[in-house]
Amino acid sequence: MIVDLLIWPALAALLWVNRRRPLLWPLLALALLLLFNRLFTPGFFILEIRDGRLYGTLVDVLNQGSKVMLLALGMTLVIATGGVDPSVGATMAIAGAVMARLAGVSIPVALGGGLGVALLAGAWNGLLVSAFRIQPIIATLILMVAGRGVAQLVTDGQIINFEQPALVYLGNGSLLGLPFTLALVLGMFVLTALLVRRTALGLFIEAIGDNETAARFTGLPARPVKFLVYVFAGFCAGLAGLVAASNIKSADANHIGLYLELDAILAVVVGGTALTGGRFQLAGSLIGALLIQTLGTTLYARNVGADVATVPKAMVILAVCLLQSPVLRAKLAGLRRPTPVAIRKEGSA
Amino acid sequence: MSAPVLVCRGLTKRFPGVVALDGVDFCARGGEVHALMGENGAGKSTLIKALTGVHPRDAGEASVDGRPVHPRSPREAEAAGISTVYQEVNLIPDLSIAENICLGRQRTRLGFIRWGEARTRARAALARLGLELDVDRTLSECSIAVQQLVAIARATDIDARVLILDEPTSSLDAGEVAQLFTVVRRLRDQGLAIVFVSHFLDQVYALADRITVLRNGRLVGEFPVAELPRLQLVAHMMGRSVDEVEALRHRDRPAAAPGEPLLSTHGLARRHAVLPLDLELRRGEVLGLRGLLGSGRTEVARLLFGLDRADAGETRLEGRPVVFHSPAEAMRAGLGLTPEDRKTQAILPNLTVRENLIVALQARRGLWKQIPRAEQDRLVADFTRALGIKTSGPEQLIRNLSGGNQRRVILAGSLATEPRLLILDEPTRGIDVGAQADIERLLAKLRDQGLAIVFICADTAELSRNSQRIAVLRDHAKVAELTGTEVNEQAVMRAIAREAAA
Repeated sequence: MIVDLLIWPALAALLWVNRRRPLLWPLLALALLLLFNRLFTPGFFILEIRDGRLYGTLVDVLNQGSKVMLLALGMTLVIATGGVDPSVGATMAIAGAVMARLAGVSIPVALGGGLGVALLAGAWNGLLVSAFRIQPIIATLILMVAGRGVAQLVTDGQIINFEQPALVYLGNGSLLGLPFTLALVLGMFVLTALLVRRTALGLFIEAIGDNETAARFTGLPARPVKFLVYVFAGFCAGLAGLVAASNIKSADANHIGLYLELDAILAVVVGGTALTGGRFQLAGSLIGALLIQTLGTTLYARNVGADVATVPKAMVILAVCLLQSPVLRAKLAGLRRPTPVAIRKEGSA
Repeated sequence: MSAPVLVCRGLTKRFPGVVALDGVDFCARGGEVHALMGENGAGKSTLIKALTGVHPRDAGEASVDGRPVHPRSPREAEAAGISTVYQEVNLIPDLSIAENICLGRQRTRLGFIRWGEARTRARAALARLGLELDVDRTLSECSIAVQQLVAIARATDIDARVLILDEPTSSLDAGEVAQLFTVVRRLRDQGLAIVFVSHFLDQVYALADRITVLRNGRLVGEFPVAELPRLQLVAHMMGRSVDEVEALRHRDRPAAAPGEPLLSTHGLARRHAVLPLDLELRRGEVLGLRGLLGSGRTEVARLLFGLDRADAGETRLEGRPVVFHSPAEAMRAGLGLTPEDRKTQAILPNLTVRENLIVALQARRGLWKQIPRAEQDRLVADFTRALGIKTSGPEQLIRNLSGGNQRRVILAGSLATEPRLLILDEPTRGIDVGAQADIERLLAKLRDQGLAIVFICADTAELSRNSQRIAVLRDHAKVAELTGTEVNEQAVMRAIAREAAA
């Protein structure tokens, strides 16, 4: 089949290129999961074109996974500074609510309002962490707890529906036969990668996460950088919130983005960025998000009930995390050959 | 003479590439305070760590009350009767005094801790020191001095025969030191053998009965305090006779060629850190800062570099008043600093040599103007060669380098920002002699290129060799400034001894 001809060589090439890089383990896990589905889940790899648009389970994975991928981009930078931001799910709900509320005014106002309020939410977190030096998890828990209430206030406790084609297109439309959300994710990925690797932002973030005291001694602007990453995480959450609201053509303050912050944190960690901060893997986080989404879709396709699906999901994530554990890898390496591990090449974004 | 309690013969400890302790004999007697003296790197800490089981010894014997001891952990040392109180209080700040004293030794009933008994026991332990404290108070609410006393109570609560106090006074004020000494004398009179390590000469002379001097891991000698004048002690610590020190005057030191003033401070002060301070830093000159531990030398560096804010006085850069609110502002004005503590303040351990080297320059250029990769590689190549940094490549993680090479990378990072004024806080600490000579040569070169340099160093010989002027600090204030022919070890020693006698 043509899909097989495309996917497997591409995965093999990716694995080969990354054989010495931190991305190897999440990529391998994703490849194994896809292989499992190719062999045992009928229909998983079937793609068909209707009305000039590609349909199929793989496309669903990309489309459904877009929200966590967007969140993971922002979360990666936050985690790399040594912080964490569990408020992004609530921020999604607020952004979706504001967009729905303003949908009748005009499209630019609705989009701008949703993203603007998400930027404000990020700035709030950033202010608490950088200016008031509150521990990141506590500072962001405040918005996580209060955010859905704020979203309820915005929607007056109602589920607000909207029909504007542009807003519906955001989460459901297609571009060049592929979901528009995929283009959105790719665009944001390229933008983020440019932002961190074509400016000094990436270096500053990694320096802060690695040793904040030393980073301060070098004179780099630690607090502004920390503020910036939370604002950026808020922006990413805003985009994800708009997509989520668009998906269901309504703002449901109670359910938009619920628990997605946990998936985003998991995606980042599975992707090879340590929760302690420092070196981060932007592409790894996207792979992590895809892995989590593929897993969810796999379980759904195999009729594993949503209520028990969390158990196999947790097991796969545990396996990937264990594979990345330096302790376990040292033990495995010790079994294979008694020589010390070679000096690792610099990781890629 | 009282009976020997702790007796060591030929203690030896090797680390890769160094013999930290070389056949040292040491004897602490009951009812005596025995001071252990030596410059940095003399082996004081290693001796203590060998006795307390932190670094098990490689050779030699030790005994307590005639019973051989060979502790492999601090717990075993305690069981053998050797208790230690370290410089930084290592108790648990959020627990109460009683909990801290009894932690790990609680009596239990049916698995439950008997808190009533623990409190009584804590009160008794404090009473032995002549102290009456509310044992339910949280430790972090107490002053550092009280915390130190609680640490001593904990150390003597078990049947200690030897109490080692490792720089217990470095963060205490004069009144608190007096209180601590009262407690220590009381314990001494109860028959404990007390080993006292301190950089403060006056405290040693106030408290100790006997002094053992170490230098470069070897025993210099054991002296009754009454028979060892201060100058002689300092000379022993530095390995020179007093006459020899006289002869050393001016050797190695080029004639001072004072440049124009670059930065000056006028009455610059910060509460609890620096008393009003006048300093003048000139181009093409190395100003040495010497003071005992806790005398405020690092605090001065922090004030100059904008890490701390002054509450009084002013700083002038080329005559114009300036205030630095952050290191970034200080760096923009042309200041550079290499911090004292390499591990916690200087290196980004999991980043590469290249990244560690360019990060300060990048910080100065700002977030948006990324240094092009070609320029980064050139900088790394240039500095690796110029400073003799030994690394397998620019992409090696800095944590895999030796301490000396890490220091060179940090220094290179500072130099890459092309500072006009460079503050070096203990740049040669913990590195080998060859690397030290390299850094001293580099210092002279930078000075000749017109940099103003502040050189903070605890080694008087090294300081005298490399400085044109030396400011001596004590108790957070400048007490002497030595210029011209006064810049020599003996004068520095005199300044320290004089102030110590005051």
